[in-house]
Amino acid sequence: MIWASIITMALVTYFVRLAPFVLFGGSVKTPKWVEYAGKYLPPSVMGMLIVYSIKEVDLLAYQSSLPVALAMGSTAILHLWKRNNLLSILGGTAVYMVMVQMIFN
Amino acid sequence: MKKTLKIAFPMTIPVMLGYISVGIPFGLLVIKSGFSIWVAIGMSVLVYAGAMQFVAIGLLLNPVGLVQVGLMTLFVNIRHLFYGLSFIDLFKTFGPKKQYMIFALTDETYSLLCGLAIQNEISKESLFFAVSLLNQIYWITGTIIGVFLGTIIKFNTTGIEFALTALFIVIFIEQWLAFKTHIPALLGLSASAISLVLFGEGSLIIPSMALMLIGLLFLKPVILKREGADQ
Repeated sequence: MIWASIITMALVTYFVRLAPFVLFGGSVKTPKWVEYAGKYLPPSVMGMLIVYSIKEVDLLAYQSSLPVALAMGSTAILHLWKRNNLLSILGGTAVYMVMVQMIFN
Repeated sequence: MKKTLKIAFPMTIPVMLGYISVGIPFGLLVIKSGFSIWVAIGMSVLVYAGAMQFVAIGLLLNPVGLVQVGLMTLFVNIRHLFYGLSFIDLFKTFGPKKQYMIFALTDETYSLLCGLAIQNEISKESLFFAVSLLNQIYWITGTIIGVFLGTIIKFNTTGIEFALTALFIVIFIEQWLAFKTHIPALLGLSASAISLVLFGEGSLIIPSMALMLIGLLFLKPVILKREGADQ
């Protein structure tokens, strides 16, 4: 099942990258809705992925929701401050790990 | 070949730093999630899509159907649908290398190639190919370092999965700053939050995507107006 999933992801990723060459390889103009979806779906999808990645957090239990909220805040502040991907990811993750291992364990 | 690499390598250094530093947490996370090193390396070789590979760890941990896996991949990578548009004519002459060029068209490679398309010193075919291949080598190298660290270092990894959320927040902020209208971003957050409440954590993906598409469709006039308002 793991490899079936990986192969599925590999194929879909490749087909998405291949699509413009197949669909618009001639002189067909890119449809407006394709341009629209391509521009505005990515920020939506990222919002979805944030929620998806914290879906197991129990909002009503502070031991579960507080570390996530604080770590998310730290990541965002670090990133707005330094705009360094690695620093923001490592910093936010470190804040979370310290909290769940030492404070809210 | 040597001359090509001499020109290609310096251009790829920023991507090298980025790919190795994101590849390491990816490899580490795969190992600490209990999967084999081949799962990590296999994904970096065959899938080769940064954010999606992090999403994949979540999908593999809580197995869902292949249709959901496919839809999730489509949505996460939908932006790649446009990268090829810039290279339709150029790649026509690339022969057998064309398929690899298309396969390897990640965000970072795309932006490097866009910058290269205007320069003319040597054959574009070999230069483009070298840049794309080097970038994937960096990604695989980062993954292998991460896998290696994950295997040899024993430490309490409780909470390391937050790296995934942190990565999404980073990309979310970058996109937030790049747009004038924040409706799509807020739509993604709210559509998923609503789906989570209504359908539960097990079947969140498909309703979220449907709500997002419906929202984008209905709010299209407002979104286009806001984005173009002061251009």
